[in-house]
Amino acid sequence: MPMQPTNIFDPNYFHKVVDCQWACPAHTPVPEYIRLIAQERYTEAYMLNWDSNVFPGVLGRTCDRPCEPACRRVRTEEKPVAICRLKRVAADNKGDLKDFLPAVPTQKNGKRIACLGAGPASLAVARDLLPLGYEVDMFDKDPEGGGMMRSQIPAFRLPIEVLQEEVDLIVNMGVNTHYGHEVTSMKEMLDRDYDAYFVGTGAPRGRDLDIPGRAEVDDHISIGIDWLSSVAFGHTSKIEGNVIVMGGGNTAMDCCRTSLRMGADSVKVVVRSAFEVMKASDWEKEDAMEEGIPIINNRPPKEFVHENGKLKGILFECVEPVKGDDGRIKYVPTGEEDVFIEADHVLMAIGQENHCPWIERDIGIEFDKWDCPILEEDTLQSTNPKVFFGGDSAFGPENIIWASAHAHKAAISIHLFCSGQDLKTARPPEGVNLISTKMGVHEWAYDAQHDGSERFLVPQADKRKTLSDVKLEVELGFDRDLGSQEAQRCLNCDVQTVFADKLCIECDACVDICPMDCISFTDNAEEADLRGMLQAPAENVEQDLYVSAQLGTGRVMVKDEDVCLHCGLCAERCPTNAWDMQRSVVHVPQLGSYAELDLIASAR
Amino acid sequence: MTFVAKPRVHHPRLPVNEIGLTRRDYEGSVSTLCAGCGHDSVSAAIVQATSELSIPPHRFAKVSGIGCSSKTPSYFLNKSHGFNSVHGRMPSVMTGANLANRDLHCIGVSGDGDSASIGLGQFSHIVRRRINMLYIVDNNGTYGLTKGQFSATNDKGSTSKKGVPNLYEPIDLVTMALQLGASFVARSFSGDKKQLIPLIQAGLKHKGMAFIDVISPCVAFNNHSGSTKSYEYIRENSGSAMAADYVANAQEITADYEPGTKEDVNMPDGSVLRLSKLDASYDPHDRVGALSYVMRQQEKGDVVTGLLYVDPEASDCHEIMNTCATPLNALNEAELCPGSDALAAINQSMR
Ligand SMILES: Cc1cc2nc3c(=O)[nH]c(=O)nc-3n(C[C@H](O)[C@H](O)[C@H](O)COP(=O)(O)OP(=O)(O)OC[C@H]3O[C@@H](n4cnc5c(N)ncnc54)[C@H](O)[C@@H]3O)c2cc1C
Ligand SMILES: Cc1ncc(C[n+]2csc(CCOP(=O)(O)OP(=O)(O)O)c2C)c(N)n1
Ligand code: SF4
Ligand code: SF4
Ligand code: SF4
Ligand SMILES: [Mg+2]
Repeated sequence: MPMQPTNIFDPNYFHKVVDCQWACPAHTPVPEYIRLIAQERYTEAYMLNWDSNVFPGVLGRTCDRPCEPACRRVRTEEKPVAICRLKRVAADNKGDLKDFLPAVPTQKNGKRIACLGAGPASLAVARDLLPLGYEVDMFDKDPEGGGMMRSQIPAFRLPIEVLQEEVDLIVNMGVNTHYGHEVTSMKEMLDRDYDAYFVGTGAPRGRDLDIPGRAEVDDHISIGIDWLSSVAFGHTSKIEGNVIVMGGGNTAMDCCRTSLRMGADSVKVVVRSAFEVMKASDWEKEDAMEEGIPIINNRPPKEFVHENGKLKGILFECVEPVKGDDGRIKYVPTGEEDVFIEADHVLMAIGQENHCPWIERDIGIEFDKWDCPILEEDTLQSTNPKVFFGGDSAFGPENIIWASAHAHKAAISIHLFCSGQDLKTARPPEGVNLISTKMGVHEWAYDAQHDGSERFLVPQADKRKTLSDVKLEVELGFDRDLGSQEAQRCLNCDVQTVFADKLCIECDACVDICPMDCISFTDNAEEADLRGMLQAPAENVEQDLYVSAQLGTGRVMVKDEDVCLHCGLCAERCPTNAWDMQRSVVHVPQLGSYAELDLIASAR
Repeated sequence: MTFVAKPRVHHPRLPVNEIGLTRRDYEGSVSTLCAGCGHDSVSAAIVQATSELSIPPHRFAKVSGIGCSSKTPSYFLNKSHGFNSVHGRMPSVMTGANLANRDLHCIGVSGDGDSASIGLGQFSHIVRRRINMLYIVDNNGTYGLTKGQFSATNDKGSTSKKGVPNLYEPIDLVTMALQLGASFVARSFSGDKKQLIPLIQAGLKHKGMAFIDVISPCVAFNNHSGSTKSYEYIRENSGSAMAADYVANAQEITADYEPGTKEDVNMPDGSVLRLSKLDASYDPHDRVGALSYVMRQQEKGDVVTGLLYVDPEASDCHEIMNTCATPLNALNEAELCPGSDALAAINQSMR
């Protein structure tokens, strides 16, 4: 079957072309905010972010950045645009937000919502619901809002003022906060008869390790996340002697870097698996190693070695990764002698789990075998229709940007639920608008020229200072100048090549000029065959082919979206304007009157 | 004309040729011609053809006359030798270049005005002299650069953009070249790279003059409904007599085709030109037959394309003149000035 003409009005078609936005769980309109930064319109850039991801200042420093590996620039050159750190440029340079914030009605709509937990998920739900007149009560056992953004992420990565500002922005919209309030019974909560509940209590239990000697050395062992939170809240101010951090995720990286700053004589990270498969992001590993912390891989622990309960160290087995016949990595002993590593204190950072003993199991909220609530994926509604989940409490530990994304989804559901509408069919639809960027014969409303610069490095503070002060932020961030240079690297993937088959005279001008060999005129065929028949083979099947209707010669135009630079040369060269560069504005379903802000921003 | 500069980056999986270069290494600067001009497609075909041949760019010489077509050598083979000469005089300059350095691969680009009007005399003589070169005419039936006057190849009755008909008989450079003894004659269409690229490759490998008349629509002045050189007209009224495929490595040849429909022509360097007859009665080695076939089709209003005539055994200018194998520009002083004894000997031989 030859390919059908592409339906470019399917909201997902061009959305997928904006790789970063598509990869972002909250679908932040990345290229639009990067253009705003290039225009030094930091406040607008900030608000565009705030609208979709809720915590731009926090995320501009800490986001897991799923957008960056997805960035087109990885495929066209090598390194992605520094999407995350550009977000921080917007946050650092923003002006007064007053005029941009949504109005919260003083006349409430009569519906009361309880948000359990005051982490990013709950805060974002509150932000989405407050402008619609909901009354939001928020409960958290901690003395302040922010959840793990406050209790876990060390201040040298996320200064407390940055977090505070963004928490306050929401709380000041009129959240009734009940801090220091541990919820011990969901039944009791349900008795308070709120119209709906949002459970955003996270995945608060750190895993432990049951190997010989564990019980005897209890005094010398801390669960990583508990230790980090006691540091964050000032209950722990130092760590002494030799420290081993067990685990290979981001928590391990935060534990080791914090230990180094808290007075440890030596810090080592020991991981049971190989370096490449560690859960920690590459940049977190790099930062730790940059600070001189050794990461020791392929060493599963065997036993805590102690003298009458005084920890001496840990005995590790030596293994190596071997690829099995099924393609999966297995770890087999190397035959080397076990290694002993001295330690006075061990931080256990080997994972987190969902754990909510305070939710009674007889109140209609069902859980699966991993202790995760059973949820309707599209709505985040639990088996008790009044109760919604989001963030880490929903499907296990994720990150802040997922918490924001869940929150938007849950807020829509809560709103529909409270107004008696169907949670699935009445959801706001996805949509896409296409706006031509043509301003004149050779003038475009965006900077089409490709910038070949390499990714700019984020400047850091002096290491001698940062290593001795747990609160001193390591990264200085891009200044305005570096920020605008980095912004130029963005390829404007939301400015789409839109093809009008009726206008094309098949002159080949676009084929000849395209620097990336994206465009072909060819006989139509089945997708798998067509991919091999183009100017350059379209081997990346994740990326769509844009296929036109049949043209005069019986052929079709096929554009491989994979490595298009969005440089507009095809449109510049076309004698008949059969190509146009049109900005796609994706409408991601979300509550709130400010969701169209990007349109307002670009109309200015 | 384009205002956005063409970026240096290229497709990550763009093929590299035998000398490690991609097609992008054979490009020139970005064209200043009108968007959609056929001439740009011819340049793109030259880029593709030359890169596939794996000849280092600096081993080419490109020479042209005056016209939009003659501007195009700027848009391909940036790293080669070039000379943008005067109107209709590309053949003279190319003759000089080729005589001085017979090792260069010579590409002459001209227009229908450049070759069929002011340069008609030069055209005739370079065909006769069999300079070892590829001679391409970007034929748009108009003087594009001077804003659209009828050229000498414009068909009688074909109209200008404003609807005024042309009153004069056209000159057909293909039949002229055949008459004048050209050993490689082809016609193609800028909008058909599948046909054009192998023709360019074969033309470059051919010994002697290879002539390709490329119909190349002018989107600004000669692409309207009254034109016989528009994209639409050529697509509807052209037929190929002979498809050529250039095969770099003779080893690949397989002989499993129907007798009489395909033929492999051995090129001087061991490569092969594979012909497929699209009209079974056509013989590409019969000069008179080719001439009458092309003229018969012309009578019917059909434009014949493809490789129309080839004589793989033909000689070139250097062979005719019996010049030495070393390019003249590489001879040293002793070789060039063998001394008074040698001169005396020559004089003696003529007494
Ligand atoms: C060490 C570490 C570093 C991390 N670094 C990053 C990072 O750099 N970037 C990133 O994106 N993510 C990071 N994360 C993950 C991220 O912090 C979480 O995914 C995110 O905070 C989850 O948000 P949430 O709103 O679902 O829950 P949480 O942030 O966990 O908030 C839950 C809140 O609920 C409260 N709570 C729980 N139970 C009760 C109860 N019974 N009664 C009252 N209150 C209760 C808790 O006190 C907490 O305040 C990190 C996690 C850890 C552990
Ligand atoms: C000696 C001389 N006479 C006249 C001209 C004016 N002139 C410039 S280009 C041109 C015609 C070019 O036509 P063609 O070769 O078909 O090129 P095209 O622009 O159509 O590609 C003429 C007559 C000139 N430049 N020099
Ligand atoms: S180049 Fe820009 S728009 Fe394209 S994926 Fe990367 S950040 Fe997004
Ligand atoms: S915008 Fe057009 S010319 Fe530029 S890379 Fe994409 S398809 Fe090619
Ligand atoms: S440049 Fe325009 S008219 Fe020419 S082939 Fe491309 S789309 Fe068609
Ligand atoms: Mg002309």
